[in-house]
Amino acid sequence: MDKTIKAEGRSIDSTPSRKTPSAAKSASGGRAKLPTSTRLSVEKTYKLYINGKFPRTESGRYFTVADAKGNIAANMCRASRKDFREAVLAARAAFNSWAGASAYLRGQILYRVAEMLEARAEQFVTELKLMGLDKRAASREVTAAIDCLVYYAGWTDKYQQVFSAVNPVASSHFNFSILEPVGVVSILAGQENALLGFVEAISPVIAGGNTGIALASQQNPLCAISFAEVLHSSDVPPGVINILSGYRNELAEHFASHMNVNAIIANGDDAGEIKMIQEQAANNIKRVIIRKEAIAPDPYQIIDTQETKTTWHPIGG
Amino acid sequence: MTAPKPDHLPRVDEVGVDERVARFRSRSIKKASKVEALNLVLSQIDLTTLEGQDTPGKVRQLCQKAMRLHDTLPDIPHVAAVCVYPMMVEEAKKALGASGIKVASVATSFPSGMAPSDVKLEEIKLAVGLGADEIDMVISRGKFLEGKYQEVFDEIVACKEACGDAHLKVILETGELGTLDRVRHASLLAMQAGADFIKTSTGKIQPAATMPVTLVMLQAIRDYYYDTGRMVGMKPAGGISKAKLAIHYLVMLRETLGEAWMSPDWFRFGASSLANDVLMQLQKQRTGIYQSEDYFSKD
Repeated sequence: MDKTIKAEGRSIDSTPSRKTPSAAKSASGGRAKLPTSTRLSVEKTYKLYINGKFPRTESGRYFTVADAKGNIAANMCRASRKDFREAVLAARAAFNSWAGASAYLRGQILYRVAEMLEARAEQFVTELKLMGLDKRAASREVTAAIDCLVYYAGWTDKYQQVFSAVNPVASSHFNFSILEPVGVVSILAGQENALLGFVEAISPVIAGGNTGIALASQQNPLCAISFAEVLHSSDVPPGVINILSGYRNELAEHFASHMNVNAIIANGDDAGEIKMIQEQAANNIKRVIIRKEAIAPDPYQIIDTQETKTTWHPIGG
Repeated sequence: MTAPKPDHLPRVDEVGVDERVARFRSRSIKKASKVEALNLVLSQIDLTTLEGQDTPGKVRQLCQKAMRLHDTLPDIPHVAAVCVYPMMVEEAKKALGASGIKVASVATSFPSGMAPSDVKLEEIKLAVGLGADEIDMVISRGKFLEGKYQEVFDEIVACKEACGDAHLKVILETGELGTLDRVRHASLLAMQAGADFIKTSTGKIQPAATMPVTLVMLQAIRDYYYDTGRMVGMKPAGGISKAKLAIHYLVMLRETLGEAWMSPDWFRFGASSLANDVLMQLQKQRTGIYQSEDYFSKD
């Protein structure tokens, strides 16, 4: 017994190439075999994404997501209203510098997100397949998400010129209207198209210089949370997009009522929820954007979260 | 009277202090007790403006805020005092009228304290003459660090005399003292010299008030009370801008000095933006809706 321990002890620091003479002499049976064990795979812990970090929910709660076959796919954080509150603080803190960033920079960063997603495409295909898509449909969804990001990356320096205006007025004023981001936007992502729907919901919001808090699809949150890793490695400043997972019927009310949120985008067609959102949003006259079904990317979705500022500038005498 | 010497004092256990503070921060204060705590915090605030850019207009505005913190929140108290430079005392006094809110004035060449003693005393007399109810003086940190404790002590004694009926708060500027042992020593020195309140910081130096520093000062107050029977007040100032943190301070106060100190007479927060955060929390408790700074007046 004593001998074995000695031999094992030696085997740790004496690699074949660095055998000390004394060790070589005394090791009668060469290297002792270390006990083997089956390797456990390292599963990803899906967490929230708040202020550029990946915290667990402060509430300590979780819920289970099942894959297409009904097996447990992952335990997800069940975010609380306090997680949402923290996310709003982060989004508000990030707003000024993101809104003030040049259109080109925002475009480059969105393009960078697309690059990162392209590089990780396989991971997302795997996750989508787990949730029941066949390989072709999964690939198509990932490609569409990448294209969506590139599409809005292109629009960042164009929507201002297309949608701003010089207005004719009947007095000696130079009158013009320009667009400004509304501020912090809360987003309830749709339940379908876990990745594409999520990307389509957030891209126009941040392309226009807003910051946001998005709630991932409740049934199918894996892709949205994995997408946080893409954002994290793409120079998107901390707080610009914050991602929560959890129960929609528990969080939607706070998404709609928070006084420090300036607009809410809700994907879905639940009449009761839409009514609640409209009532709660009235507290601070939040802008309410309801999208009952998925729509393909277009620049009007950027304008949805823009405020028009009109300026009267005196000219002449 | 002679100043206390550091070698006669017990040493402060820094690790112990940090652990104790961590315990205070873990207390959960909810619902009705939270509302009560928030109201107490409001009533203990010294609403402060100490900027080179202060104008009489800004001070009047601050006084209005001090008297009426919010339009619609029911049953909220007014703050304890308004804290300004001596130049602004008259304006503040006039604006506050008979509201019961005190006017506190910093003096003694705030914030550095780098002036001859007679100049400092003149400044105190001027502020008191203009109507200041409370004087916030700074100690001479340079002399304290040099070991000239008697000079620091004598200066505080002279300042207390110059104050007359006005309350004297002594600012230790703990951010410049370096160790908790010196904080403890300076606290005792200030109390023995006659301070009515001891205060952590000017707010012009980082770090300003921290919970460990405040705990050491509270313990010094407690031990001084056991020795002499005289109650001394405490004022942490600078860096306390969130309601949650303020409640942690109240927990620390309650568990170190007890019920008797839980009043604006014995505990104050020196702060400029704390009041708004407390109001936001009160509104949140009342409506259940998270609030935004956009709907609360800045000054």
